[in-house]
Amino acid sequence: MAILDILTLPDAALKQVSEPVTEFDQALRAFIDDLEETRRNGPAAVGIAAPQVGHFRRIVIVDCSTTRKPVPNHGYLVLVNPEITHWEGYEPGREGCLSVPDYTGNVIRATRIHLVAKDPDGNALEFDMEGYEARAVQHEIDHLDGLLFVDRVVSRRTDLFKRKVYQKGGKPAS
Amino acid sequence: MTDNWYMLTLIGEDKPGIVAAVTKGLFDLGLNLGETSMLRLGGNFTIMMMVSGVLGEEALRGHLQPIVESQGMCLHVDPIRAHLHEHVLPNIQVTVTGADRAGIVAQVTAALAAAGFNILDLESDVAGTTHKPVYILQIAGISELPVERIEATLDPLRADGVDVNVTAIETYIG
Repeated sequence: MAILDILTLPDAALKQVSEPVTEFDQALRAFIDDLEETRRNGPAAVGIAAPQVGHFRRIVIVDCSTTRKPVPNHGYLVLVNPEITHWEGYEPGREGCLSVPDYTGNVIRATRIHLVAKDPDGNALEFDMEGYEARAVQHEIDHLDGLLFVDRVVSRRTDLFKRKVYQKGGKPAS
Repeated sequence: MTDNWYMLTLIGEDKPGIVAAVTKGLFDLGLNLGETSMLRLGGNFTIMMMVSGVLGEEALRGHLQPIVESQGMCLHVDPIRAHLHEHVLPNIQVTVTGADRAGIVAQVTAALAAAGFNILDLESDVAGTTHKPVYILQIAGISELPVERIEATLDPLRADGVDVNVTAIETYIG
């Protein structure tokens, strides 16, 4: 296993869209081992996406089981070709990124999602996720699509007024 | 030669072009921007910015004054000791809303200070209407106390008709 170099802003490669994984082989599993070792080496990293280490395939890892205050979660997850098929609700939350050192900001994410993906052996996975774990997956899938959380940061002031307007319409849009 | 750090405070009636004019002036003087806050408050544009450079305080003030005056703004300059890359992450957010009346901020922050809560960021606004104003306060900070203890500290305000919401901030890093 190896700790891989993490791409950081302003590396243009972080904007690259990653390709789906087609071969579920030993090379994939070896890469996932390296990606996980890299995540564990990152300061307080809960998740990581393959393009953050310059590997432009649709692979992410999240583990929301170690938060200070326990949150609903599915433990350590390797998600290959993850796809969100349903979004619901939205809420702001603070995010940071291994690829954007020394900066955190508020990002609005869906509060509940339905997710389909493959495991490293190509078996189908399916999850309903909420809150922090749903945020984690949305953050990491953004990496696969060449987006960083800084592309989505809102000020608390802006968020306040947005919510005020949304509430006029009754139920928040999903 | 070691750079000097200054905190510049600029205030004036809001209009387009203030930031462009001021920051061009700073750039032309060879000054670098650090962290800044630029915000419209009640029709005024307010700027607080860390700047660094080799200019002494009087020279800085002398060069900047005409630029600032051309924008109809007031300038205040403070030499400061400052460093970049020293962000501190908040772990608690407090949101307060209530009918606008004198003393809300003083009461909330006094209760928080007594609990050892360190405010990192506070934004407040008056929403609602002229006849029915609503005060909204958002505070992010650091406390070693659990959410429940901070809630309890703010309980007396609830009895007074103010809505107080305390939540833990779990920053996602991925």
